[in-house]
Amino acid sequence: MSVPAPRKTDPLPKRARYLLWLAPLALSALAGCATRNDLYVLLPGKDGKTGALTVESEGKKQTLDKPYAAARVNRVGSVDGFTSSEAQAKQDFGPALEAQPKRPVSFFLYFLADTDEFAPESKTLVAQIFAEIARRPAPEIVIIGHTDRVGTVVYNDALSLRRAERCRDELIKLGIPKVRISVAGRGEREPEVPTADEVPEPRNRRVEISVR
Amino acid sequence: MKSGLIALALPMVLALGVAVASAEDAGQIKVSKGSAQIERAGKTLPATVGQVVQQGDVVVTGADGSVGITFRDNSLVSIGPDSALAIDRFVFDSTTHQGNFDASLKQGTLAVVSGKLAKQSPEAMKVKTPAAILGVRGTEFLVRTGPAKD
Repeated sequence: MSVPAPRKTDPLPKRARYLLWLAPLALSALAGCATRNDLYVLLPGKDGKTGALTVESEGKKQTLDKPYAAARVNRVGSVDGFTSSEAQAKQDFGPALEAQPKRPVSFFLYFLADTDEFAPESKTLVAQIFAEIARRPAPEIVIIGHTDRVGTVVYNDALSLRRAERCRDELIKLGIPKVRISVAGRGEREPEVPTADEVPEPRNRRVEISVR
Repeated sequence: MKSGLIALALPMVLALGVAVASAEDAGQIKVSKGSAQIERAGKTLPATVGQVVQQGDVVVTGADGSVGITFRDNSLVSIGPDSALAIDRFVFDSTTHQGNFDASLKQGTLAVVSGKLAKQSPEAMKVKTPAAILGVRGTEFLVRTGPAKD
């Protein structure tokens, strides 16, 4: 048993004693950073395609490109690949997976050439669109106009936006508040049927109504 | 047919909420369970269904919480319990589909279905954790990050 030194002869200044107190805490915090419980899992896409994910930790890198390809990072700078499974992923990520929003659904309305007039068969789709909206929490409607490749990119950007706006006006007339609708013009960038430039194609003259 | 549509439309008007879309909005909360908040510019907002999410927000859940967000580019992002997700950057051009989506999972679990940004450009979406950086090539994936428990 050592006798405590009288306070006035304490060799450490006050600040240093404070730091000594903190040292064990700082060490345990560092240890916490050093050993980790990180897990990265690639899922098969719902559309049947599986993409790819790169996982990089301080220069160490793994590319995950098969369904349920996975990587553990147990400390920074270490990436260990392995294969998980559907059941394991559900166990590890259940609540996050259950909280995934519904996937957006798109409906397509078609137009007469070089106009913002609906092709007649498109009118029956409106009831389906409303039903989809009713099924969703905090629904939003995104109206995206598309054109065929006749005309310039700039002209088609404007035409596609006009088609989207025409569509929005119709939906507003039918009772959907404007604030929930946004419009976009994709011009000729995203044809349903790829064609050479300047080819008229009715299936590309369309408006996509995405409900999400 | 027309009166049928109006009958459908009227409840819609009542059901649709109060959030107003603006250019600042990155996304909107579609699913919220248990304890969940948004930290925005030093304030804490409830992470309720219909609430908008903006660049700079941190979405935080408690032990019983989970949140699902649909972003403007159709990225679907959800977090599980005891999680914190920062929306570091969200820029999306709805005509060209160019822009950037950077997010950081500080802790917890995350599920992602990437959207139009990642489809347009493999460099557009980046997800970080304290231990790793992820590059996203148009895909669905899961992330868990945190210190080892022992």
